[in-house]
Amino acid sequence: MSHLLSPVFAQGFFESAAVHRALAVGALVAVVTAAVGLFTVIRGQSFAGEAFGDLGTTGGSAGFLVGVGPLWGFVVGNVIAAGAMEGIGIQRARGRDLATGIVLGAGIGLAALILYLDTTYRNTTGAAVTILFGSVFAISSSTVPLVLLLSVAVLAIVLAIYRPLLLSSVSPEMASARGIRVRMIGVLYLLALALAAALAAITIGTILSTALLIGPAASALRLSSRPLTAMLGAAAIGIATVWAGIVLAYDSYDWPPVHRGWPVSFFVVTLVLIAYVLSGVPEARARRRSRALAARPGAAGAMPG
Amino acid sequence: MLNAWLVASIVAVVAGVVGFFTVLRGSAFVAHAIPNGSFAGAAGASLIGLSTLIGLGVFSLGGALAIGLLGRRGRHDVATALTLTMMLGLGALFLSFSVEYAQLVYSLLFGEVLGIASNEILPTAILGGACIAAVALLYRPLMLSSVLPEVGEASGVGRARMEMVFLCILALATTMTVPVVGTLLIFSLMIGAPATARSLTDRPLVAMALSVAIALAIVWAAIAASYSTDYPVGFFVGTASAASYALGRSWEATGARRRVGRRTRRSS
Repeated sequence: MSHLLSPVFAQGFFESAAVHRALAVGALVAVVTAAVGLFTVIRGQSFAGEAFGDLGTTGGSAGFLVGVGPLWGFVVGNVIAAGAMEGIGIQRARGRDLATGIVLGAGIGLAALILYLDTTYRNTTGAAVTILFGSVFAISSSTVPLVLLLSVAVLAIVLAIYRPLLLSSVSPEMASARGIRVRMIGVLYLLALALAAALAAITIGTILSTALLIGPAASALRLSSRPLTAMLGAAAIGIATVWAGIVLAYDSYDWPPVHRGWPVSFFVVTLVLIAYVLSGVPEARARRRSRALAARPGAAGAMPG
Repeated sequence: MLNAWLVASIVAVVAGVVGFFTVLRGSAFVAHAIPNGSFAGAAGASLIGLSTLIGLGVFSLGGALAIGLLGRRGRHDVATALTLTMMLGLGALFLSFSVEYAQLVYSLLFGEVLGIASNEILPTAILGGACIAAVALLYRPLMLSSVLPEVGEASGVGRARMEMVFLCILALATTMTVPVVGTLLIFSLMIGAPATARSLTDRPLVAMALSVAIALAIVWAAIAASYSTDYPVGFFVGTASAASYALGRSWEATGARRRVGRRTRRSS
């Protein structure tokens, strides 16, 4: 059996504990980011997701400095950032991107400082790389329970506010007309996003975490406009890309040029992009078909291509 | 040391001018995306021994074109986000091949202005000059398509075309500014200074001039502070940009109240 699978899975894949943890964490994170990401795409707040990714750099590097490790750093940092963004007024459409950008700039500047202090005082030279590009194979077994806890928390929040969140994302005016506290829902959503971004960050790094938050959800939305279906589709795409990325990264250990393995995060974001491009194919085909049909009104039963 | 001041000043002027339109057009996200994309170019260039400026230029322009084209169909912000992360992933890949992984990552992302060599001044100045010239030449159509796109369309200034043109200018501006402030921070300079200027005045040319002045102040203060504390320049740039934005917003809040008061008094 293993003989059949060996071209795809390099030796030792199924036995490695690090791989098991990576697969487990990856799948959990994919599901969580699919749930939150759906709303991020609907609300057009890709920039906010991106912002949390970058601000996670600040939190993560602070975590290294203080000695609690990146995940706690990501979580605490992101929650603080969410508060700052809410305070500046991220919910008001006007000037939203600008405000987010400013907070981002300050946060990244702070990250630069903390990383400098990390290398100077703590001698963790690998901190920047671990934080920015992730290290899913280096997730310790003590981190996994925390990941599980956070995932459950985020999914609980999304489940609790699902309907009002959907309505206020699609039409805030109608939502408030119906008595929904749009602002409060927005704050809860922002919190969920902050935590989801933290989880994505330990998997593929902070500045790449947007890909997981937005890619699968956007791809799924192109294939189905029903929110629940899209959410499930996004989770499926997310799990598929993360697991494929893990397999490829593991296999790449012997690849040129440095025989050190290619980064998991590179594979994951590339696959996410490919999935997004592919998800546009049915739409493009339908458009082409309807255009061709319109051009030949009298042709009975003449279906092109 | 002089190199750092010179190059940083050129960068500040360009950031102030191009940033003005970035803020006007609400392209904060794109301004964040393009430099991060060029990160991959710089990483790849240093890997094969080319000048990082070339790598930055090629990837910035490529990224700008990709964003412009991808953005036509599908959601604009999703396309930008995915292109950006793909480029960053590529950069991570290139860097993983090099031996100086960590150090390179840090300096590309956060800048290394105090390490600018004197042979980089001329290319930076030329690129900067090109940016400013482009903006000066295209000032009217750019303003029109940014503020009143429908009127622009009616007068023959295609919205899509101006968007592509603007993206290319942004790419050019990014290319020359990244070595100074790094890919992660250039956009904070490009946004903070102009946003502050717009809080202080409505008149475009005045705002642009103010934007340049503020950017220069930020950059000079950052270099001075970095030189004396040894802390990275990027930290001071990010903080100063945010502080300046906050000051601008609070000025706006008080100024609006004052202006309203004056108007009602005159009408009575």
